[in-house]
Amino acid sequence: MSATWLLVLLIAISATGYGLGRARAMASAGGNARQLHSLPRYYGLNVLMTVLAPGLLVLLAWLLIQPMVAGNRAASLIPDSAFADRGALNLMMSDVRRIADGLDTAVGQGRLTDAESRNLDAGGDIRGLLGEAGVALGSDVNATVLAAAQRYRAVTSTGQLWMTIAVLAFALAGLAYSYLRTDKTLRARNLVERGLLSLLVAAASIAILTTLGIVLSLIFNTFEFFRLYPAWDFFTSLTWSPSFGGGSQLGILPLLWGTLYISLIALAVAVPIGLFAAIYLSEYATRRVRSIVKPLLEVLAGIPTIVYGLFALLTIGPLLVEIFGAGGLLGLGWMKGGTAVMTAGLVMGVMLIPFVSSLSDDIINAVPQAMRDGSYGLGATQSETVRQVVLPAALPGIVGAILLAASRAIGETMIVVLGAGAAAKLSVNPFEAMTTVTAKIVSQLTGDADFASPEALVAFALGMTLFVITLGLNIFALYIVRRYREQYE
Amino acid sequence: MTETSAQPEGKSSLYRLDPRTRNRNAAEKRFRLYGILAITVSLLFLAVLLGTIIRNGLPAFQQTFITIPVLLDEEKLDKNGNRDPADLAKVTTFKYGPMIDEALEANVTSLGIETPFKKAKELSAILSANAASQVRDFVLADPGRIGTTVEFRLLASSRVDGYLKGRVTRDSVARDKSIDAEHLDLVDALRAEGVISKGFNLSFVTGADASESRPEQAGIGVAMLGSFFMMLVVLALSLPIGVAASIYLEEFASKNRFNDLIEVNISNLAAVPSIVFGILGLAVFIQFAHLPQSAPLVGGLVLTLMTLPTIIISTRASLKAVPPSIRDAALGVGASKMQSVFHHVLPLAMPGILTGTIIGLAQALGETAPLLLIGMVGYIASNYPAGIAEGFLNPNSAMPAQIYEWAKRADPAYYERAWGGIIILLLFLMAMNIIAILLRRKFERRW
Repeated sequence: MSATWLLVLLIAISATGYGLGRARAMASAGGNARQLHSLPRYYGLNVLMTVLAPGLLVLLAWLLIQPMVAGNRAASLIPDSAFADRGALNLMMSDVRRIADGLDTAVGQGRLTDAESRNLDAGGDIRGLLGEAGVALGSDVNATVLAAAQRYRAVTSTGQLWMTIAVLAFALAGLAYSYLRTDKTLRARNLVERGLLSLLVAAASIAILTTLGIVLSLIFNTFEFFRLYPAWDFFTSLTWSPSFGGGSQLGILPLLWGTLYISLIALAVAVPIGLFAAIYLSEYATRRVRSIVKPLLEVLAGIPTIVYGLFALLTIGPLLVEIFGAGGLLGLGWMKGGTAVMTAGLVMGVMLIPFVSSLSDDIINAVPQAMRDGSYGLGATQSETVRQVVLPAALPGIVGAILLAASRAIGETMIVVLGAGAAAKLSVNPFEAMTTVTAKIVSQLTGDADFASPEALVAFALGMTLFVITLGLNIFALYIVRRYREQYE
Repeated sequence: MTETSAQPEGKSSLYRLDPRTRNRNAAEKRFRLYGILAITVSLLFLAVLLGTIIRNGLPAFQQTFITIPVLLDEEKLDKNGNRDPADLAKVTTFKYGPMIDEALEANVTSLGIETPFKKAKELSAILSANAASQVRDFVLADPGRIGTTVEFRLLASSRVDGYLKGRVTRDSVARDKSIDAEHLDLVDALRAEGVISKGFNLSFVTGADASESRPEQAGIGVAMLGSFFMMLVVLALSLPIGVAASIYLEEFASKNRFNDLIEVNISNLAAVPSIVFGILGLAVFIQFAHLPQSAPLVGGLVLTLMTLPTIIISTRASLKAVPPSIRDAALGVGASKMQSVFHHVLPLAMPGILTGTIIGLAQALGETAPLLLIGMVGYIASNYPAGIAEGFLNPNSAMPAQIYEWAKRADPAYYERAWGGIIILLLFLMAMNIIAILLRRKFERRW
């Protein structure tokens, strides 16, 4: 029985369980709901819960584990001599899975009988057959792969039989257990609420699972990468020249330099503009101006990054070339192409303006009015108050905001992918094309590279570096903001 | 207060400012000016950005069409004359191409336009490569019309389209292999006769992506469906999970290690770069769980994980805004803690939760970077999903991924499409944000 039908059946059983539990509770109270400990529906829900929870858990666990077991059993049929390395084995295994799925599809469509599908000959045109069934194969099928696929199918179909039995057994056991326990004195509501609470805890734990998933997938693949490529070279080499044929040099330093350079330019644009905008809005602007300008600034924050990327590539880049390029307005010839550190940096700066301004706005507003009044009382002008009283008081918060903006700039992808160029270079000329960590993650992982080569795995090491840097910046920023908060409350 | 200043010379008066005060006042004015300047600059950026989008994107909604009568020649299309659909389907677009070219040539001669072209085939440069399949689809749908002359509104080639929109000029044509200046003369003449005209381009909004060489045919409709299915996944997962997590953290969680860990994780996840979520999706959903690559389901899962922190943060804020007296009153009349939350607090917080969810969805809709890693780019979204299940599981693109794909292509005609796609994307985002604002205005309660 397939998982979908099993799920439908589970739901049907649990719905029956609801009715049964409710009826039994009512019967035990002689039809008078006031004799019950809980409302009648809680007795039904209690039974429903004890059917669904074990049934679904078993189903889920089985669905996760079964493909792994079947894959291992099938892979054990492939001799070591048939593949060169782990990547080749992975490719073969994905063929095995496709063939197994394809044969099942073909049987489902009635192109083959079950017996025929089991006795296929590798010499026959399996590829053509599966093609007709709508499953395209990359290459012809050889005997080893076919045997593995047949083993995979066999394990899967016995597995599915046992899954059906196990799930139904657990569900029915749950039904029997809670049905027999149902009685007018049973504290059904407390049981149901405890079940609900564990559901809430599970939902909240997804945050932990996500972090765990990120960290594990990064660490696992990063170690895999460092087995193939020395870590020392990765962190110290000054060249980045991947070639999928082998012999690549994968030094992170040029990428880090590009990332930091672009972020620096972005911050040089965003911090003064954002900060002054925040100061003006919170200290000078009338309520009316504030109510118009603030939402408009937030529009800048709501625009997707792909739009900024396109803006950099097609508008700002050519514009900068016209000014700084050869034969441009200034006749400097500094810039050769539209994609450059400056292009990406400027546009990213614009993107960060609302980020800096709204964060600093909150922080400046949090400075107690008494401090301003004291300063005015001593005869300071408004700007002197801002510069000498408000800003120093808000400084830790503003530094935190700038750090958060820096972390955003370092992790930004679309603007640099489109605006910064693809060449990894160590140069100080901001009008030259450079590339960043995020842009290289994208370029190393898109395309059909298999995940066993160092050229693809390096993306995980880059991602790890990025994750550590941004996480460090965020924690540092939060630490500073938290210290600041303690000063005034 | 008295005017006892610390001036060395007592010559200042209330009427005449001394130099120091003048300096201080000037500094004040400068400071205020910096603020105004900063705001002006950022608003200017916004205006330039929006102006650029509209100026470059609006032409994508217009397309050049060539309206000509075409004789559906029975000799060529149905040699056996039996109108058998299987036979008709065997005739490929290669047969249709010359037929259309001849129809165009006949039309040109009948209008009395002189051209230097000798063969009908030379005229095909002004027609889209799609024209043949357009006519073929018509014939296959209605074989009864074979043998008659039917008026078709065929797509012009992207160069002709660009010429009418000002993107292609006679200077740029000189370096172009696919079209000559003579073609443009012909286009001018045909335009004067009304054969070539610009019209609203519905197929840009509803159509499918096309291959690199046919920008005139490309549309964003299929990618829009991909985005739609992704948003369904995000909504169906992130709303219940986000609300459940927020209820736990806000109403039930006591202060202990485990709950602190959850809090720290949520605030950190909110600041993790989106590309890292793409790496997670690639490693966990595709490499490990073997879910189909490029599928909206996987995209939706990744975007769910990405938007969950946003939704949790805003949901907690709206739960917190419900005054404790409501909870106390519910507990006072005998409700359990769980009942007080689900029967009273949650309904009251619902408008705020929905607002936060819509804003989270808008963020997810515009996100591109994680989609690049799970393979929703580079895939040519040329077919509509056949059904609901296929919509979730078959490879598709998404709106921002489609825009990125167009921006990468070499033909500048695709840039226009990319800008046009951005207009559509921004319209969606604007609509979602406006709905969120209206919801907040209508239902927000202050206690």
